[in-house]
Amino acid sequence: MGYLSRQLSGQTEPATDAGWQEAPRRQGFFTDTSICIGCKACEVACKEWNGIPLDGLAITGNSYDNTGDLGASTWRHVAFVEQSQDRIEAARESGRALVDLGMPSMGAPAPAPEPSIASPAGYGTLPAPIEGHGPALTDMLSEKANVEAGGTGDYGLTVDGVPIVGPVPEFRWLMSSDVCKHCTHAGCLDVCPTGSLFRSEFGTVVVQDDICNGCGYCVGACPFGVIERRTDSSVSVTADSHVPNVGVAQKCTLCYDRLSHDQTPACAQTCPTTSIKFGAHDDMVATARDRVTQLHEQGFTEARLYGANEHDGVGGTGSVFLLLDEPEVYGLPPDPVVPTAKLPEMFRAAGVAGLGLLGAVAISFVGSRS
Amino acid sequence: MTTSPFDSYRPPEEGRRKRRRDSGIRRAGDLAKGAQRSWLSRDGGGRREAPAVPDAEFSSYYGQAIVKPVPWDHKISAYLFVGGIAGTSGIIQAGAAATGNAVLQRNARLTAMTTVALSGAALVADLGRPERFLNMMRTVKLTSPMSVGTWILTAYAGFASVTTGAEVLRLLPARGPVTALTRVTDALGTPSTIGQAAFGAPLAAYTAVLLADTAHPVWHESRRELPFVFVGSAALASAGVQMVLTPTALAGPVRRLALAGVATELAAMHQLEEHLSDLGIDEPVTTGQGAGKLRLAKGLAIAGGVGTLLSGRSRLVAIASGVALATASALTRMGIVEAGIESAKDPKYTVRVQKDRLEKRRQQGNTEDSVVTVR
Repeated sequence: MGYLSRQLSGQTEPATDAGWQEAPRRQGFFTDTSICIGCKACEVACKEWNGIPLDGLAITGNSYDNTGDLGASTWRHVAFVEQSQDRIEAARESGRALVDLGMPSMGAPAPAPEPSIASPAGYGTLPAPIEGHGPALTDMLSEKANVEAGGTGDYGLTVDGVPIVGPVPEFRWLMSSDVCKHCTHAGCLDVCPTGSLFRSEFGTVVVQDDICNGCGYCVGACPFGVIERRTDSSVSVTADSHVPNVGVAQKCTLCYDRLSHDQTPACAQTCPTTSIKFGAHDDMVATARDRVTQLHEQGFTEARLYGANEHDGVGGTGSVFLLLDEPEVYGLPPDPVVPTAKLPEMFRAAGVAGLGLLGAVAISFVGSRS
Repeated sequence: MTTSPFDSYRPPEEGRRKRRRDSGIRRAGDLAKGAQRSWLSRDGGGRREAPAVPDAEFSSYYGQAIVKPVPWDHKISAYLFVGGIAGTSGIIQAGAAATGNAVLQRNARLTAMTTVALSGAALVADLGRPERFLNMMRTVKLTSPMSVGTWILTAYAGFASVTTGAEVLRLLPARGPVTALTRVTDALGTPSTIGQAAFGAPLAAYTAVLLADTAHPVWHESRRELPFVFVGSAALASAGVQMVLTPTALAGPVRRLALAGVATELAAMHQLEEHLSDLGIDEPVTTGQGAGKLRLAKGLAIAGGVGTLLSGRSRLVAIASGVALATASALTRMGIVEAGIESAKDPKYTVRVQKDRLEKRRQQGNTEDSVVTVR
């Protein structure tokens, strides 16, 4: 593909496209939501390190999520979803459907790791249930013994054909730490008229606070609803009650300052369960693939990756996620496409319309020589 | 979405909760409301924990928006409106100059300069940091319709100031510096007239790309129809203004332009509605908040068009039709802006469009470009 056609959509190396020479490897996150415990330490660490003001205190009533969503003053946001048994089964079913569809395995080269069909898979809920809630450890153990002795099990098979041990639990939490996707083709960056948003050498997308004039175009152009213009309703948390960057677009910088000094971004550094992993983008995608394979082996068919496909509408995201249900359940778009991918088509239509206007005026004046 | 057996114990949800971060004023209102039915005073248990989305057509995250609406208000609608008038007036003045229609030429040039100044002011006022508006000029960026538009507007304003300058000088007594300046505007006259017309067309059309190049479902999905709606709207509005300003005997060309504009806008708007209805996201333009304005705009455009047909003799009818047409254009812009923002605020539009196209691709056997992957 040519240099120009690479700019708007498709698989590419963003830092090189942006003109960086000898750029370091592209950096990114892998957020494994299957081991997120919803502690919100990432939110706190992000606020602390980046000196982000308070954007109000309120109880949303949305489970334990009182943060709301990503925005000018929220660069990490932990989503909380409560699901009943039928929702879990539906998620498991939709994940299985994806496997049956033969969904792509992120680019042809590296083949998927061989599933290690060894022991029966089990549902990893806590094995010490309160009366009537969740599977009893003894039941699961006898089930396991039964399957190992050649039985078929009562709960169906995993996608690899291994019998599942233990029932689907009655309830589960989904917790997911959302963040800027640092898209390969970033809508916000493409439409920024001042050049305030730029592609860093790490392949990330960063706002230059002192350049942005707050036109707000990036806000509407982000297919994930991440970037936002900071309003004066933000509340300072510093002694001088100064709120920085009011009227300016703000979002996660993937801790550009820390990256420049070989440090891990604050959220990943603080995450106590390693749910947020940070590293070279390739490594993150590889880790993510290993993890989703492992979860499938264990019977968690609902596990799927989000943003790990470089052929998707944004050319793959810099922040890859492992989700346990459909993306929209977490407030993520199910088929994000960078708006500028359609820019040639739009300019063509506008060009035809503009020529039509010229023609219409010309025709209107025909024969009216006074 | 959270539905569990325990939800059956909860009283029914009354409606969608306000998001907490809309604005300072809204938040203050929420707090006041919260004081009346806080957790202390509420009667039943867990009212505020009830599911946020009553209809389970799709799963969303508590009914919250997936894409964020642009932080724009009707200053942008006003910009689209006056920018359209400016652009088309720039073409009209060239037509008038070519056909020797001095009155229409003068009126169109003065209109163009006034509206281009107003559109610049509206754009600057809408910035989060208006004092930094010059930062728009620090780069030329073809991927950003706003950057392209800024340069179109700048070039247009440059040409317009020469042509308008010529008209103003003509109104002044010809002596001293006026004569000297007239010599300059005469020398630059023809290139500026052509330049203003050449940049007038993109000025009227690019705003459609400005809106379409966003993740707002209604704007983005109408990317093929919107430019035609906008140039039609610009044509009828600028023609309407000239029908008001110019004597009927000299306004024949703009009457024809008005009719062409009305026809184009109505046809393109119909196409747009059809297309959005095929995608299942026509609600914002047919029944939503902006839809009322769009309906009124349609009515006024038709009335203005009929009036235009009858206004060959009567200046009063011409003025009334012109005002109706200009108002129609303003309402169209407001309606489109509101409909787009509404489509961003409700996740159902985003999810519906995206799931449908994903499903269509999957049925065609294309699973290579999905954002969700397994293994």
